[in-house]
Amino acid sequence: MKTYRDIAGDGGSDVLGQVAEREARRRTRMALVARKFAVMSGKGGVGKSMVTVNLAAALALRGHRVGILDADINGPCVAQMLGVRDRMLKLGAGGVAPVEGPLGIKVVSMDLLLPGGAVPVIWNAPMQQHRFTWLGAAEAGALGEFLADTLWGELDFLLIDLPPGPERYPDFHDLLPECDGAIVVTIPSGVAMLTVKRSIVLAQTLQAKVFGVVENMAGYQCEQCGALQALFAGEGESTEQTPGVPVLGRIPFDPRITRCCDQGVPFVSAHHDTPAAQAIMEIAVRIGARCAAWGGGR
Amino acid sequence: MKFLCVACDEAMKLVEAADTPHGDSLTVIFRCARCEHRVALLTNPQETQLVHSLGVAIGGRTTPPQPLARVRATLNAASPLWTEEAERRLQRVPEFVRPMVRDNIERHARERGCREVTCEVMDEARSGMGM
Repeated sequence: MKTYRDIAGDGGSDVLGQVAEREARRRTRMALVARKFAVMSGKGGVGKSMVTVNLAAALALRGHRVGILDADINGPCVAQMLGVRDRMLKLGAGGVAPVEGPLGIKVVSMDLLLPGGAVPVIWNAPMQQHRFTWLGAAEAGALGEFLADTLWGELDFLLIDLPPGPERYPDFHDLLPECDGAIVVTIPSGVAMLTVKRSIVLAQTLQAKVFGVVENMAGYQCEQCGALQALFAGEGESTEQTPGVPVLGRIPFDPRITRCCDQGVPFVSAHHDTPAAQAIMEIAVRIGARCAAWGGGR
Repeated sequence: MKFLCVACDEAMKLVEAADTPHGDSLTVIFRCARCEHRVALLTNPQETQLVHSLGVAIGGRTTPPQPLARVRATLNAASPLWTEEAERRLQRVPEFVRPMVRDNIERHARERGCREVTCEVMDEARSGMGM
């Protein structure tokens, strides 16, 4: 009796052909983007989206053309952090035009398809019970469409803000094999570092490149004396101990970062003379230098 | 997924694929070209949603895929997207009434089941508003 592999085609739907067509569209769009980095974290609450937005702003301030794909389907916040929540994506020639935010940063997010307020992402489905059976496929399908249908145009950098979780980056890498690597955001705590290491090992095991680590909330500058003090116990150990993955930089905590995120203003441009903003700018310089050393792109 | 006629050891061909009226099940019929034997694949609601989530058309695609088609079709409360031409036209409306006009046109589009705001939708909405 014939087996699955003995039979050519699927009898009429040509599902593989449909998938190949979408991947071809994605490759065409992505061919115009020089560098594509996923920003990930093993755990939530480490400031991944803040780092994404401000790294994008720092790269834009250095004259690069930058886009952000907010890949956090259920908890999108990039549009809020860039002050563009009141705008919507637009249909253009053969695709969807991203919204342009401060410093010319192009943004695509689920948030830009929803009406204002706190409307959650809910998928129309015959049954909302047992959503776990299809939700992952729905989210991956949405990301696949964003990648294939967004008219980014020519970009120097596309940053993809992933939801938290060690598995997110390798899963995303399957959707965008051209991804140049992951920028892993962490905080200097033992618990966060353990998850980061786990995330890096998982990514490396699944052949997904890791570009470097950014340590957020790395100390706090005293407003009175200006000295940098530790925020977390055990600070100062750690990030270098991740073999083969360089530390791109450490960003000290600054309460104005949160305020800027809430107001939709990139901190790095609003408070460019602060240690935190300078740390982010230095990370952007390091990323640019490493990419230049690679040469090519796209 | 492929179907094999066991008696003929022959791959079966797709005859028809359709959603049920409630949209909670897919009916996909296959036929053996040699013995004409037919079988129907019937999916449960979760399987149906899984297939829809993959963004592929069972039975084959008859029209070219539209931008973000699957997301816009399945995202509850998704706002309709404006074409660039429609957006340009909206920008000609005085700024102080533009948000109200935008809301009215989007409401009209949603009520009509339109996922896109085109100039034609704007015209329809305007006549509906008595403008």
